[in-house]
Amino acid sequence: MAHQSELIAKDIHAYLKAQQEKSMLRFITCGSVDDGKSTLIGRLLWDSKLVFEDQLAALEADSKRVGTQGEEIDYALLLDGLQAEREQGITIDVAYRFFSTDKRKFIVADTPGHEQYTRNMVTGASTADVAVILIDARKGVLTQTKRHSYLVSLVGIRKVVVAINKMDLVGYDQNCFEQIAQDYQAIAGVLGFEEITYIPISALKGDNIISLTASNMSWYAGPALLDYLETVQIGDTRSVQPFRMRIQWVNRPNLDFRGFCGTIASGQCRPGDPVVVPSSGQQSRIARIVTMDGDLELACAGQSITLTLEDEIDVSRGDMLTDPNRCPGFANQFQAKIVWLNENALLPGRSYLLKAGSSVTPAQISSLKQRINVCTFQDESGKTLSMNEIGVCNLALDRAIAFDPYVENRHTGNFILIDRFTNATVGAGMIDFALRRASNIHWQVLEVDKIARAEMKNQKPFVLWFTGLSGSGKSTLANLVEQKLHSLGKHTYLLDGDNVRHGLNRDLGFTDADRVENVRRIAETAKLFVDAGLIVLTAFISPFRSERAMARDILEEAEFVEIFVDTPLEVCERRDPKGLYKKARAGELKNFTGIDSDYEVPERPEIVVNGANADADNLAEQIIQKVKKNLSLGN
Amino acid sequence: MTHLEQLEAESIHILREVVAEFENPVMLYSIGKDSSVMLHLARKAFYPAKPPFPLMHVDTTWKFREMIEFRDRMARECGFDLLIHTNEEGVRQGISPFTHGSALYTDVMKTEGLKQALDKYKFDAAFGGARRDEEKSRAKERIFSFRSETHRWDPKSQRPELWNIYNAKVKKGESIRAFPLSNWTELDIWQYIYLEQIPIVPLYYSKVRPVVERDGMLIMVDDDRLKLLPGEDVQMKSVRFRTLGCYPLTGAVESTADNLPEIIQEMLLTRTSERQGRLIDHDQAGSMEKKKQEGYF
Repeated sequence: MAHQSELIAKDIHAYLKAQQEKSMLRFITCGSVDDGKSTLIGRLLWDSKLVFEDQLAALEADSKRVGTQGEEIDYALLLDGLQAEREQGITIDVAYRFFSTDKRKFIVADTPGHEQYTRNMVTGASTADVAVILIDARKGVLTQTKRHSYLVSLVGIRKVVVAINKMDLVGYDQNCFEQIAQDYQAIAGVLGFEEITYIPISALKGDNIISLTASNMSWYAGPALLDYLETVQIGDTRSVQPFRMRIQWVNRPNLDFRGFCGTIASGQCRPGDPVVVPSSGQQSRIARIVTMDGDLELACAGQSITLTLEDEIDVSRGDMLTDPNRCPGFANQFQAKIVWLNENALLPGRSYLLKAGSSVTPAQISSLKQRINVCTFQDESGKTLSMNEIGVCNLALDRAIAFDPYVENRHTGNFILIDRFTNATVGAGMIDFALRRASNIHWQVLEVDKIARAEMKNQKPFVLWFTGLSGSGKSTLANLVEQKLHSLGKHTYLLDGDNVRHGLNRDLGFTDADRVENVRRIAETAKLFVDAGLIVLTAFISPFRSERAMARDILEEAEFVEIFVDTPLEVCERRDPKGLYKKARAGELKNFTGIDSDYEVPERPEIVVNGANADADNLAEQIIQKVKKNLSLGN
Repeated sequence: MTHLEQLEAESIHILREVVAEFENPVMLYSIGKDSSVMLHLARKAFYPAKPPFPLMHVDTTWKFREMIEFRDRMARECGFDLLIHTNEEGVRQGISPFTHGSALYTDVMKTEGLKQALDKYKFDAAFGGARRDEEKSRAKERIFSFRSETHRWDPKSQRPELWNIYNAKVKKGESIRAFPLSNWTELDIWQYIYLEQIPIVPLYYSKVRPVVERDGMLIMVDDDRLKLLPGEDVQMKSVRFRTLGCYPLTGAVESTADNLPEIIQEMLLTRTSERQGRLIDHDQAGSMEKKKQEGYF
């Protein structure tokens, strides 16, 4: 009995008082297709009396129409939310379900078992305290089971229930149950779970779900699934960890109040406690913990609070306030495990936005060290990560952030990666450790700097970045522009295929991953030359917006001029100066931009020239006119 | 922390994240109990500052009179900026739930009205009080739910949402709907209102009110636009509302519960789900999902 109907009817006040003490448990159910996940959750909702009469009527009608259980009620239909998947008969996304008993409120993430939907499972598991892994008693431990268990372990869940389902279909056989438990124990060894509880159930018949079904499985001593979920201890370690809070928002209603708002990631705090900001090393003490219901004497992990500090220190959104005696890591390079969530593969060298809590920083995967095979738990080599693949990567951030290793702190060791052009959430990351290199490289203070070098050349350095299809006229134009700059007395350098592809980048081919790396090296080289005081011209197809944006980002504002040489594909193909289009059309050349590889047109280039125009000299002169202000020394 | 404390902390986190990340957020205020809780949480999240966004009410012109009174009182007492938008084109065409059916009426006066208002003020984020337990298609909705330039929701390309890290990146013209109450249930809402003594529209409490029985529902006679059909007559009954919307589309339940504990008691012992009092869901199977794709909240 989930709700004390009697108490509700007799003494609602006593009931409400008792309800206020309830705790909350978030769990995830995972299993292969047809293991009965939706049926299990449907059953939990059903038996905790959270299915209402009108929903029941709809359920009965739906069961007859599209159900898979013949005349019986198909509990899974309670959960399948979206029409498309209802028709396909599979759950295609994460759905959150709620039920409560007198002891706890439960949030269940229902996630698909389909192979290609790993990302949904990781999403559902990221907020879960406990995982219920379903195994079909007739099938035993499958590859899918291993995959799900690995993912559950990866996202830091330490307590799992292995629910061996469909016991009714194996005659409630104890040996079958024990054999599967033994098989599971063998694969779980490397996963680092604190606690594995094996429960034989039948979701369809309701056996051992809410209470033990002695008649069918007298050999099983308990607990029933719900007993376990109501009593399992969770979250007890989070409050004893060191204090961590990322600033979400600075509250300044007037000049006399400066409050720092955030959710405590771990630990606790009281007025008077010392705190430090790792990014600046500045220290202060907590003055007040302010709430609408009065100041607090103590605040704990999980609470969303507003703090004021005793001193005026420089803190803003994204910064972390931490315990000065137990500081987090602070680095701009670290190793992390990344789960890839997007159809477009991860490309090492491409710039993504890394969001850790409230802090957002541009970041690159500097190398993909290995891919993890989640079925064998073995490492494999690879150059990219496709959707649903997991890799161990080194990351380089544009600036350092405060963090803890994910295994030590789930709330300060996590991040997401965002594609800078589609804005999609493309990756989920868990930090392993900072790379020693990060803290070991100290920038040498150079006496002769960029300004000094540029002044000697009597110019302002910048980059003219030509982009366009093969045969669009980039190199011709860049050459003409360089000649004109030279005749104006400017010190220039032209980077193009001839001097880069044959030397610096001769180890790179034309796959997407190599193209990204190619452009990254060119951008870094251009940056060094700008630092040397030169005006740099680059003439590469540079087909992807992300890399052009990366080049723009690593230079200063006004130092990057993107020139789109806009020539129609048919014109380029007609010109075909190197005979490459012909080869590509004949299938002899793979990944050729414009033919079987995309060119992403610039969104806001500084300059666009019509490359179909035959008078190249005139076009070059137009470019010179447009960069006139970069050429003058004044502002 | 108790479950209500955890829910409160999560909602406050979401409210602050939206305000920190977006340039021009707004809170959709429907005047119902969920909106009341959301408003209360917003006051807590930004205290001692005032919540740094306006409230917006899309007025279909068919709301209960007591709702409008309550709305104006709350805005006054809490010091919120209140924006009110009505689809004037719909009013000119005389769109009414009685003559045009609930589907067309909802589309024109609610969905279209909402889109007009969002376009007019160029909001890039809008808070809504929807909960995942309300309806099946809501269970899969993200907390930061992305909308295209035309306000469409694409259930197949939702952004994965991990931990409590929310992706707030949108291009110009695109927006998100943010749902701070995603993980609350109807029971949580009532318990929180009780615990925090949050004011709600008096229509939630039982009182003797004039109603007619129509299509199996008890419709309150809130003004003279409700024309009686042959065979119908106005009866005085002790009724209350479990959910509030446009009065011609919202069914009352017979009840004597005139205080919060009794309302909660009745809710726990009853066997009909909350949205049943609303005509809008019964139009066709999967109707909420369709409406959401088109831009309904």
